[in-house]
Amino acid sequence: MKILKLIFKNTLRHKLRTSLTIVGIAIAVIAFGLMRTVVSAWYAGVDASAANRLITRQAVSFIFTLPYSYRDKIAKVKGVEKVTYANWFQGVYIDKNQFFPRLAVDADTYFDVYPEFLVSKNELETFKKERNACVIGADIAKQYKLKLGDVMTIDGDIYPGTWEFVVRGIYKPKFKSTDATQMLFHWKYLDETMKKFSPGRSGNIGWFIEKIKNPSQSGEISKEIDGLFKNSTAETKTETERAFQQGFLASTSAIITAMNFISFVIIGIIMLVLGNTMIMAARERTREYAVMKTLGFSAKHLILLIMGESLLISIIGGGIGLFFVFPLVAGFAEVIPKGFFPIFRIVPITIILSALSAVLIGVASAIFPIQRALKTKIVDGFRFVG
Amino acid sequence: MSALIKVENVSKSYTRDSFKIPVLNNLSLSVEKGEFIALMGPSGSGKTTLLNLIAGIDKPNNGKIFVNDIEVSNLNESELAKWRANNIGFVFQFYNLIPVLTAFENVELPLLLTNLSKSERREHVETALKIVGLGDRMDHYPKQLSGGQEQRVAIARAVVTDPLVLVADEPTGDLDKNSAGEILILLERLNNEFKKTIVMVTHDPHAAEKAHVTRQLDKGELV
Repeated sequence: MKILKLIFKNTLRHKLRTSLTIVGIAIAVIAFGLMRTVVSAWYAGVDASAANRLITRQAVSFIFTLPYSYRDKIAKVKGVEKVTYANWFQGVYIDKNQFFPRLAVDADTYFDVYPEFLVSKNELETFKKERNACVIGADIAKQYKLKLGDVMTIDGDIYPGTWEFVVRGIYKPKFKSTDATQMLFHWKYLDETMKKFSPGRSGNIGWFIEKIKNPSQSGEISKEIDGLFKNSTAETKTETERAFQQGFLASTSAIITAMNFISFVIIGIIMLVLGNTMIMAARERTREYAVMKTLGFSAKHLILLIMGESLLISIIGGGIGLFFVFPLVAGFAEVIPKGFFPIFRIVPITIILSALSAVLIGVASAIFPIQRALKTKIVDGFRFVG
Repeated sequence: MSALIKVENVSKSYTRDSFKIPVLNNLSLSVEKGEFIALMGPSGSGKTTLLNLIAGIDKPNNGKIFVNDIEVSNLNESELAKWRANNIGFVFQFYNLIPVLTAFENVELPLLLTNLSKSERREHVETALKIVGLGDRMDHYPKQLSGGQEQRVAIARAVVTDPLVLVADEPTGDLDKNSAGEILILLERLNNEFKKTIVMVTHDPHAAEKAHVTRQLDKGELV
């Protein structure tokens, strides 16, 4: 029999207590993993940003539009490889709860600037030819069981009216971090309709997207683009795509901070739970530790025994938690509207943090019991009634 | 012949809350190799304290203790732990077996501190359990043994490392008359046959009869 066997046997002394502690740790790790996944999902847009893309929007607010005429001027700026543009269309598809991005884009250039949206050549050609065609992300096609040729009817809100689009392409995400929940249709279809029914609103772009040759020049190019329209009626603000995405997060930073904080508080709480379990266990074994010291077991052995038991419980609990967090996250991903968190998956750092948390819980929970066991003199240990 | 155990002018007191309680007062004692000595006296006379000092699980405030010419009263905690593992076998009144370990595993416990292989440890344990007459109870847990059997396992654990000295604190204190008798016969055998030096604390005059020498303590002094 080695010390390891004694660790196992000690862990199984109070099966109910140990089981409940393990379940508690598993739940804490699951909660931690879920919260970290939500935080990661929040930052998914930022993480998926391309270094070689800039966004030009109205300087006052993103909700104001820019003139279409800016396009050619932007395209001439040194360092800009290609320019595309988009308008936020949104509207209501089926009902108000079906949220995913619905954008009017430049059909000729959009997929060149977003190469991570993989659509077949044939589908792209068909999409470009038909004015009322649309391309949808693979996640949307799956969620709504849409296939090529299906018609999507959208009730416009920003752009009133009933709009029908024919699905001519389904794009797949190139990377795991690529959003596959967007619906993209012709900006010209939107503009031509506006010319007919609301001429004052035609010729306006939501934002321009520039693909640049050299990401290290993003600052200079941004400055030059904005310089073109300084003192105009629609001044621009150009920034990297990453900064643009981070701007959206700024308004919700308090929530993200709170979630981060709470996820670590959960770990702290379960550390106290396991710490309590270990203190109770060590207290019950005060006489036994005195006996072991009498037999010649040193401080090192006692530390090994107590730390070993604590780590065994926390690692088992953490392992169970990690095992179940994957299907739970997958389940959540199915239930929440795709548009809110297009990328909702457990990222490697969450797994690492969860595993490290389990280990930290085990180590920290053993500190007080170890200290007590080492501090108690043998003769005092034998006097302990418990 | 030099005594195996020499206690020289030892004093010991404990502090409980803010009270200083003197237990031993300038006590001297020697025990020869192979001797079986009983320490008797009223409750609070310092018997167990003296036993603990000899066994190296406590330290005197004054004086010196030598065991086999090693001044154990001067060793630090780590040295004392190693010294106890190699030289002392301790038998407690309440057995103090580890409840989650079998009789075999309890007896094996001190051997985990040695360099013996698994098979060597097994051999030692089986021998020790046979000596105490429990060769057929190796896989039993303490709760499956009677009080007398538990104490015999405890004695096996105490002797399995072949220590220089066996210290026993009221080894029959928690046993019925018959079981107590068996334990005393066993201790006698360890002394006569295996030449173990035994220092035993007891209230029981029958137990003291087995010893070669009986010393009386009262108020921390030998009388």
